[in-house]
Amino acid sequence: MIPELGEFALILALGFSFILATIPLYGAATLNALWMDYAKPLAKAQFTFLLISFMCLAYAFANDDFSVQYVANHSNSQLPMQFKLSAIWGGHEGSLLLWAFILSGWTLAVSLFSRGLPLDMLARVLGVMGIIATGFISFLLWTSSPFLRYLPRFPADGADLNPLLQDFGLIVHPPMLYMGYVGFSVAFAFAIAALLSGRLDAAWARWSRPWTNIAWAFLGAGITLGSWWAYYELGWGGWWFWDPVENASLMPWLVGTALIHSLAVTEKRGVFKSWTLLLAIFAFSLSLLGTFLVRSGVLTSVHAFASDPERGFFILVLLLLTIGGSLTLYAFKAPNVKSESSFGWLSREMLLLINNVFLVVMAITVLLGTLYPLLIDALGSGKISVGPPYFNALFVPIMSLLALSMGISGAARWRQTSISGLKKQLLVPAIISLVVGLVFPFIYGDGFNFRVFLGITISTWIIATTAKEFKDKFRNTNSITAKLSQLTLSYYGMMLAHLGVAVVAIGITLVSTYSEERDMRMAPGDKIELADYQFEFKGAKKVKGANFTADEGTIVITLEGEPVVTLYPQKRHYTVKRSMMTEASIDPGLFRDLYLAMGEPLGNDGAWAIRVHYKPYVRWLWLGGLLMALGGLLTVFDKRYRSKSSSEVAHA
Amino acid sequence: MTPKRQKRLYIILAIVFGTSLAVGLTMYALNQNINLFYSASQIANGEAPTDARMRVGGMVVDGSLKRSTDSLRVSFELTDYENTVKVVFTGILPDLFREGQGIIAQGKMDAQGVFQADEVLAKHDENYMPPEIAESMKAKKEVAQ
Repeated sequence: MIPELGEFALILALGFSFILATIPLYGAATLNALWMDYAKPLAKAQFTFLLISFMCLAYAFANDDFSVQYVANHSNSQLPMQFKLSAIWGGHEGSLLLWAFILSGWTLAVSLFSRGLPLDMLARVLGVMGIIATGFISFLLWTSSPFLRYLPRFPADGADLNPLLQDFGLIVHPPMLYMGYVGFSVAFAFAIAALLSGRLDAAWARWSRPWTNIAWAFLGAGITLGSWWAYYELGWGGWWFWDPVENASLMPWLVGTALIHSLAVTEKRGVFKSWTLLLAIFAFSLSLLGTFLVRSGVLTSVHAFASDPERGFFILVLLLLTIGGSLTLYAFKAPNVKSESSFGWLSREMLLLINNVFLVVMAITVLLGTLYPLLIDALGSGKISVGPPYFNALFVPIMSLLALSMGISGAARWRQTSISGLKKQLLVPAIISLVVGLVFPFIYGDGFNFRVFLGITISTWIIATTAKEFKDKFRNTNSITAKLSQLTLSYYGMMLAHLGVAVVAIGITLVSTYSEERDMRMAPGDKIELADYQFEFKGAKKVKGANFTADEGTIVITLEGEPVVTLYPQKRHYTVKRSMMTEASIDPGLFRDLYLAMGEPLGNDGAWAIRVHYKPYVRWLWLGGLLMALGGLLTVFDKRYRSKSSSEVAHA
Repeated sequence: MTPKRQKRLYIILAIVFGTSLAVGLTMYALNQNINLFYSASQIANGEAPTDARMRVGGMVVDGSLKRSTDSLRVSFELTDYENTVKVVFTGILPDLFREGQGIIAQGKMDAQGVFQADEVLAKHDENYMPPEIAESMKAKKEVAQ
């Protein structure tokens, strides 16, 4: 009964989103206030019914209703409750329902927190989101309903959730990522609304900025969590694989990063307007492309679960309609968009534009590397895959250039800046970062290393220029505390996010250069030494978990005779799925991780294949990612965005 | 041309130049770093180059997995149900590696016709077959019929 209610609620939600996609937009086009007024209640109704639908699926999972196919395929009565609930998005149908649910949540949020927004703008934004929702809910209903039943005969117990997904990571990573993916639909809807109404001023930028920043922050947090999850869960200590599905989340993030900066310029200076619109369209299109890549299974990927070509086709059609429709609209309307001011060759605007270009070029190279195998295959020239060296070869130089111009643009002024002024600002940070970059590999490592020099120099450069810029804010003030509270939250958010970039760069540089790794055959009593630590294998024993049995190794780690920690990596056997899972055991630290994983048993003397990793500064990757996300989140709480509507152009 | 238009022209030229440079470099990097996929039959027919990184896919032959007793060296055979290729790998095999399962190995062919793998990939889902393997096997079947 309950699953049928879920299905009905979904159908009703489709009805409401279809009305939302038509009536308010038509009202805005004909200036009919009554029809535009329908937008808000429709957004609420759509959210309510998707909530009901989502709750029905949650109910089916919580009560082990294995007559529902989706539940039977992704859950089991032995599964702990938190995983039963996160199993809702453990497969295709449920994650799409989550997608649609989050979309309706964003729609509701826009309708609630938009007091300053003129009625026609609100109607258009919500209407565009209604169009997207119509597409996705139809997709759910026609190709991937999570409420289908096994009737009359249904399995006595479920097939269980994939063991890799039975983890805290599954609870947080997909919802975060989807919040980001779907959040870009708000930026997209604002862009389309601006094109439809022809209104694209500082007020427009101010309305769409907090939404874009928050979506970007969620996406960044989602990617960070995904990297952390892969690190400890996949059992071989990697944190980024350039896998098509990871790339699919990185591309909208890169374009989104460009977008939030371009939006800032549009708000402050009234330029880059058409560019901002284009970025908003592409950020969301890339989010859709990401969904397509994950769900269609066209690419070989660690995320590629068994898939269905019909579904891939449906998303492809949605994708083409979105990109095609919005670009056509853009082609007709964008020429009417006028800049409100000009800027010189050497100015903050120009430097931000250069940063934008770097980010977009990076996104394009990732896109090319990801889709190239598809392209070659379509041309019939064989099966290929593009390896990580390709991405690394392009990522490192482009990101280094980006970091360089990032430091300069902080020091540059709006409109026009002078070379001598820049020199004065940047000489000290440049010297500091070169010296630190040169000295660091000798102190930390054992000799000069170009990669470390480059990575540490650019990280120090970002930190030093950010610190200098911050310090200069206090030049003409004698009350530091007064100035501190005078600076806006947006400003603090920006500082935090920029420092996050430096922290990530330090992490990437050091962990990819100074990591040490050994795969060893270890019998009980065997010892090995790695990066000054001694690891002694004490043997393995059987243990039992809620829905698995495991061999658990005991490994005592000492540093110069002093005990550090004892780790217990496991090799799990999940009984229902009859599948093996490596559960790594990690001793985390701010400056280094010790990472142990068990391979397979070897021979009869109790020996095991053991993987031992020493990973310096690996935590900095995720710390930096979270700093960036936190920075993005902070900007949203800036007072400026809460002020009442004022559409006059504020030149900052 | 007004100065404003002239400036705009320069910007556009710079963007076009920069993008074509980037695309050129990207294509170069791509061609240096692609891994071609070969099936066991293609290798048996001598179509695969030695000394180039590539991928081999197929089913692990039942009973072919052999472990060395004193190191992590393993060897096994991959088949596309027509020909087989011997693969040697030193390290820890992925959790879903099993005999009879479709896997992909990445590495190089050596002079003896043995594939020296530096990476072995098996997938999350036991029903999942990498599209490359599925297709090369389908092709085999069609030829056989």
